[in-house]
Amino acid sequence: MTTLLQVKDLQVQFPAAGSGLFNLRPRKVSAVNGASLNLAAGETLGLVGESGCGKSTLARAILQLTPSCGGQVLFDGTDMNQGNPVDIARLRRETAMIFQDPYSALNPRQRIGQILAEVLQVQRKVPAAQIPARVGELLELVGLRAELAERRPGSLSGGQCQRVGIARALAVEPRLIVADECVAALDVSIQGQIINLLLELRERMGLALLFITHDLGVVRRLCDRVAVMYLGQIVEEGPVHEVFTAPRHPYTAALIQSIADIDPARRLPQDPLAGEPPSPLNLPSGCAFHPRCRHALPGCGDTAPPEHIQGARRHACVHPQLPC
Amino acid sequence: MTTPLLQVRGLSVIARTGQRDITLVDRLSFDLGEGEILGLVGESGSGKTLACRGLMRLLPAPNLRVEGQSVRLAGHDLLQLDEAGMRRLRGRELGMIFQNPSSHLDPLMRIGEQIAEGIRLHQGASRREARAEAIEVLRQVGIPDPQSRVDNYPHEFSGGMRQRAMIAVALGCNPRVLIADEPTTALDVTVQAQILRLLLELRDRRGLSMILISHDLGVVAQTCDSIAVMYAGRLCEHGAKHEMLARPRHPYSAGLLACHPAAQPEAVRMTTIAGQPPLLDDLPAGCRFESRCPQAMPLCRQQLPELLEASPGHRLACHTPLLAGGLS
Amino acid sequence: MSATFALRVRLAWNLGNGRLTLYCGLAIVLGWCLLALCAPWVAPFDPLLQNGDLRLAEPSLAHPFGTDNFGRDVLSRVIWGARVDLQMALIGVIFPFLLGTCIGAVSGYVGVWLDNACMRLIDIVLAFPFLVLMLAIMAILGPGLGSFYIAMALVGWVSYARLIRSQILVLKQSDFALAARSLGFSHRRTLFGHLLPNALFGSVVFCMSDAVLVLLNGAAVSYLGLGVQPPTPEWGTMVAEGQSFITSAWWICTFPGLAVVTLAMGFSLLADGVAERLGDRS
Repeated sequence: MTTLLQVKDLQVQFPAAGSGLFNLRPRKVSAVNGASLNLAAGETLGLVGESGCGKSTLARAILQLTPSCGGQVLFDGTDMNQGNPVDIARLRRETAMIFQDPYSALNPRQRIGQILAEVLQVQRKVPAAQIPARVGELLELVGLRAELAERRPGSLSGGQCQRVGIARALAVEPRLIVADECVAALDVSIQGQIINLLLELRERMGLALLFITHDLGVVRRLCDRVAVMYLGQIVEEGPVHEVFTAPRHPYTAALIQSIADIDPARRLPQDPLAGEPPSPLNLPSGCAFHPRCRHALPGCGDTAPPEHIQGARRHACVHPQLPC
Repeated sequence: MTTPLLQVRGLSVIARTGQRDITLVDRLSFDLGEGEILGLVGESGSGKTLACRGLMRLLPAPNLRVEGQSVRLAGHDLLQLDEAGMRRLRGRELGMIFQNPSSHLDPLMRIGEQIAEGIRLHQGASRREARAEAIEVLRQVGIPDPQSRVDNYPHEFSGGMRQRAMIAVALGCNPRVLIADEPTTALDVTVQAQILRLLLELRDRRGLSMILISHDLGVVAQTCDSIAVMYAGRLCEHGAKHEMLARPRHPYSAGLLACHPAAQPEAVRMTTIAGQPPLLDDLPAGCRFESRCPQAMPLCRQQLPELLEASPGHRLACHTPLLAGGLS
Repeated sequence: MSATFALRVRLAWNLGNGRLTLYCGLAIVLGWCLLALCAPWVAPFDPLLQNGDLRLAEPSLAHPFGTDNFGRDVLSRVIWGARVDLQMALIGVIFPFLLGTCIGAVSGYVGVWLDNACMRLIDIVLAFPFLVLMLAIMAILGPGLGSFYIAMALVGWVSYARLIRSQILVLKQSDFALAARSLGFSHRRTLFGHLLPNALFGSVVFCMSDAVLVLLNGAAVSYLGLGVQPPTPEWGTMVAEGQSFITSAWWICTFPGLAVVTLAMGFSLLADGVAERLGDRS
């Protein structure tokens, strides 16, 4: 498979608010701190991590919606971080995004038909005369009746709005879709419908999908590979089945242990992970995970962990295998 | 069996819009025993939050009202109490914690003061006693170094710590029943496990009864003793946890279980329930799940099934239940 | 969520009250518009016709609102005055609205130095009392309706710019703004096609209540002799002229004053009604 997207050592920083009354020492928050990823054409990569770990920021930086301050984003071999307008325009034509809150992602004053037609018109995907027909096709593709084109987002259910969001992404005819927590705001029964739709579309159109979520259960169903993010860094990456059966990074192991299971016989995990993620304002030195890690060695607080690459798997920890 | 601690009979929450009444929660009945954790599960809009708000008579809008036969808690009938009586009971007998601790803690008040306020109000303790008690409660909810944390403001706490602080505020009044409305939904998975563990510990240590509202069967499966499933304002099944998870008999409960991402991890496609819940202002005459139900019969369209005891300790509102134990 | 449903229920409940204020306001404003349009047929006398025999006549059947010190019929002058005052309210709102909306939207959207520059400009305008600044501008331009409109636009845009800017700043962060960018929409399309329509709600409502202010300002400016020049019938000028007779002939300034009050009330009822209707829809 050809590599569609390659992220190398990406850095994103924000100025921190509230650093002293007179802002004498401007501080920076490192939301993404040297993250690297690979995504092949037609592949689905799950990006998981807790809230505040920088996964949404990473997605936005990849799509050049947030300025990054270091590293490379290679889309189809071109470095988008150079900010060349021609390249960015191509990126816009070949990528699309799906958002978490289905209502706020749609302009409440536009009709569904207008929302889709505008994309087609701006991107000049089809001749103007064929736009209404294409809108109908897109709605049908995501399982909505064509009559809904006349409605506004406020009169649709959350699941229907999310389908419209997906239709809008598909209108671009993208090669890569970035889905940011796109099922988190939906009910369980509707969640399944949307995931099935994504599965189906991926097969039919050969889309590459970067699926950002905090729900590992969903990743196991939908994704080919998974990348686990902690405090702005990718700590483990690999094929879903391998990572789920034998995690190598202690953080991944803890996450997998905390998946809420519906097996009544399973008790709550015995303290999978103590404490909470530290503030990105003052990252721990060395390995960012060491204050919460039960396998930490004395040296973890001083030096960054080495990266182990074994076959398709990659993780950043002093231990080449997860200690028992 | 002794009489349950909380006995709810026929609790309804009704909204008045214009000239019409819309029943948002329809004749809810259940018992909650001493030290029992009841999981109340349902999709958004199923009325689970509103039912508990109705129970506490803390309704979010002025045109909502509570009706019902009785809500008995520790010898009182909450439906007969006036507002003053209800106020005395809230906090002391019935505590509540919410999904979003940031918006339910007063940002301008120290954590310790917020806990102590309830202690002084309900137990008549002095300022100093209340402070000591607040430190003790903070210790119980697992906040490290409670002596110094007691003087912190909510913004100095992280998300999980804030949820612990809110639990501490509720516990300060020493309630017998704690209603937890989606207490872990806003939290990360690793922190979620910590909070659920804390709730279990509190039950064991204090004999606290709990109603845990959640949309996530996974959360309920790991904590509760019994599970009640709500759909479109009605209770459709209520039974012991193991029974409910292993052999759900209502098609909706079975559907919810099958929809969970952790169910059948090997299958590629997710199981879903087709369609959408009915609108509460336009309810069908028959079973409310009928339009989405794979088992529906003509009878389901005509007659609303009542919640009846199907087997000891297991109640069910369905004309065409799935058979217990997979027997045909 | 059940809570959102409850909210919808509550909104529907409020809507009943909102509709009443909306219709009352609409009725008053439309009533005045109708009177102004039909002034030549409705007004019993020529508003400029002086009748030396009937100076300061008390309200009677022939002259329901009485006559003024030149013997002109006050009722006719009030009706004809509606034309000038409605025009003042309309034009005096539209220009500041357009100017303020454009400046506020661009300033909020672009941000950085442009936003800073605009905010400082707004601070400077706000540092002067409203009326003083207007009078200063009108003193330079010379009296008349034209200079009133120019002064109104130069001073009044500030409130619109601030309203729109704060809305745009919030909407800029919303998901649909991000979606528009991710779909490759131009900045102009994103700002004017997507953000602005969602930001206008507050200013449209403010427009209505601003019309009241403009009306009163116009009356005040005319009263000070800088706006509409006599003998053109205008409510503010009429009040000013009648002021010296307030003890002997109360009707000269009372009826135009009442006209200002009713039209102002109509506008503010309309504003409230529109706010509730639009608020429900968004």
